[in-house]
This record gives sequence, structure tokens and C-alpha cells, in this order.
Amino acid sequence: MYAVIVGGGKVGANVGRALLRMGHEVSIVEARPQRFATLESEFEHMARYGDGTEIFVLEAAGMARADVCIAVTGDDEDNIIIGQVARDHFGVENVVARVNDPRNQEHFDLLGVAPTVCATESILSLIEHEVPQHSLVHLFSLRRENLEIIEIQVVEGSRAEGATVADLPMPPGTLVISVLRNRVGRVAAPDTVLGAGDQVVAIAEPGQDSALMELFASE
Amino acid sequence: MFVVVVGCGRVGAQVARGLVEDGHDVNVIDQNAEALQRLGSDFPGEFVQGVALETTVLEAAGIERADAFVAATNGDNTNLVIAQIARDRYLVDCVIVRVLDPARAKFYEDKGLVTVCPTRTAIDRMSQALRSFAGDGGDA
Repeated sequence: MYAVIVGGGKVGANVGRALLRMGHEVSIVEARPQRFATLESEFEHMARYGDGTEIFVLEAAGMARADVCIAVTGDDEDNIIIGQVARDHFGVENVVARVNDPRNQEHFDLLGVAPTVCATESILSLIEHEVPQHSLVHLFSLRRENLEIIEIQVVEGSRAEGATVADLPMPPGTLVISVLRNRVGRVAAPDTVLGAGDQVVAIAEPGQDSALMELFASE
Repeated sequence: MFVVVVGCGRVGAQVARGLVEDGHDVNVIDQNAEALQRLGSDFPGEFVQGVALETTVLEAAGIERADAFVAATNGDNTNLVIAQIARDRYLVDCVIVRVLDPARAKFYEDKGLVTVCPTRTAIDRMSQALRSFAGDGGDA
């Protein structure tokens, strides 16, 4: 597989290293002269100097034959444009883009640049997951597939407490996949009985948060 | 009509002032508060300081009721992204975007944006002036 990585900071360089270890072919495009010099000493001809939002720079990097374009600059506007140009100008089938500011996620979605990865969002999800007092956390989103993995805590006195997985009146488009109790996760079976404090992991189509809260988290 | 202009540099400010002279309502966005000075103290529209990628800033400038939107910051990619947001999210009828890079201007023009490329204009004008000079026997 041939991957063109645009943005050779910590993220881009490490993605490049990982892909090389897996035996893939890689180019890394970097616009900052000093950073490029560092990259070139490690990646040699695979490092390419230039503004990766310029079409001729991407052309020289071989974007036309790329199997995947990875847009991981520190600038969200640039990552959106790189994603659009890679897909629509060069016909690259797989585009992965980095979202630096989670508030810009909606722009990536609107303008069709997907899938995306947002470190800030991931860190926040992990914090929510680790902090015991939380009700509903989006652990992972498959935006293009329109599915998300949700974790929700069973509150004492809720409809879910004491119910078996089979008896739960789950909202449409949702499915319980596992139950975490005392930090141990088990795949949910129909006869699993839910207790207060259990964390239920469900797969759901977006938009079911309030229905899930109603079931698991309201007394 | 009501127009939102993003980027209050030489281009954006003059476009905004010209529209006001023609009797239109204009609000301007720029991330730099000092850019307001380019509009002059008699500018009747609102000036919103902020980053136009933030929807709260666009909405404070009234994008939801805008008839036209001009993206004229000094960043090509910023202009291209906010222009698409204006067109696809806020359904603004007339969206005009300044793009300095001719290649990106052409690509997004083909994707249906109205792009203005000063670099392309300069290339064409200079070449035209030189060709007419050569045609007048200047190369003899």
C-alpha cells in the first residue's frame, strides 16, 4: 500500500514509521524547512518539502497513485482542503484526516472529509471513562457508517437496574454488547442481570442518547 | 441585499465600503480588531472580531440571513473552507471566494464555487500587455 502523509510533525512522522514497519510505502510532505530537514535525515527520499495544500506538491509526492492520503497537519482548514483535493482531484479512495480543534469536527463532516481522528476528543472520552461519576460516554464513533459505541452507567432505581439484557426495552437502533462490572468486561448474554453501577457498552445509531439515558440513568 | 464579508484587509474592506456606497447592508468579520480602522469611522455595518471558522462568529455576523458571502482573508484554505460552510450549511445564495493559488482556484471553481484569483488576473494581464507590445513590433 502507498500512503501519502501530509504534515510531518509528531503525528505524521510516527504514522510514517508505523506504516514503514508494516511494510508499506510512504511519502511525508512537510512545509516547514527546519522540520523538513529533521524528517529528511530520518526518512531520506520519502520526506518531501512543500506546502501539501498545493496541488503540484501533492502531484510530485505521487498522490495520484496513493492508496491512502493521511492529512495530519496542525491546521484544520488545511486538512479539509488536502482531503478534498486528494479525493476529488487525485481520486484517492481512502482519506484519513486529523481534527485539531474538536469544534471543527462538524466542518469535516459537512464537507465530506472522513474518517477523522481527534486527539482532544479521544482524551476527553478516556477521562470520562476513567472518572467514575459519568452517565453516558461516546467511546468511539464510526461517522461514515453512522454508528457509535456508547458506554452508559446503570443508575440505582432506573428501569434497567435488575433487568436482564433480554428484557431491556432498548431503543430502536441500539444493542447492548457488553457489561463492565468491577472493571471486568463481559460480552452481554440475554440472561445477564444488570446491577446499579454496572457500565453497559452499547452500539447505537446516533441520536439515541436521551432514550438511553431515560432507560439507564433516570430514577 | 445583506452581505457578510470575511477578512478586512485591503480587498475585504474596499469591497465592504463599495457595497455600502451602493446602498447594501454589510457586516464584516476579521480576527484582528485593528482591521476595523480600514473601514473608516463612518462604516454603518457591524464589525465582528473573531475566527470565521467558528460558527458562533459567523452567526454573530448574521450569516443565517445573508444574501451574499465574501471570503477574502489572507488564507486560501480558510477562504475555501468558510465559503463551503456558507454555501452548504447556511445555504447562502451567492458565495464569492478569493484564492491566490490558481490551481486551487480552478479546482474549486470546477466544484461550483465562484472564485476570484488575483494571481491568475495578474498573469493574464501581464502576458496580455507583453503580447500587445510584441505585436506592435516591440520585439523587432
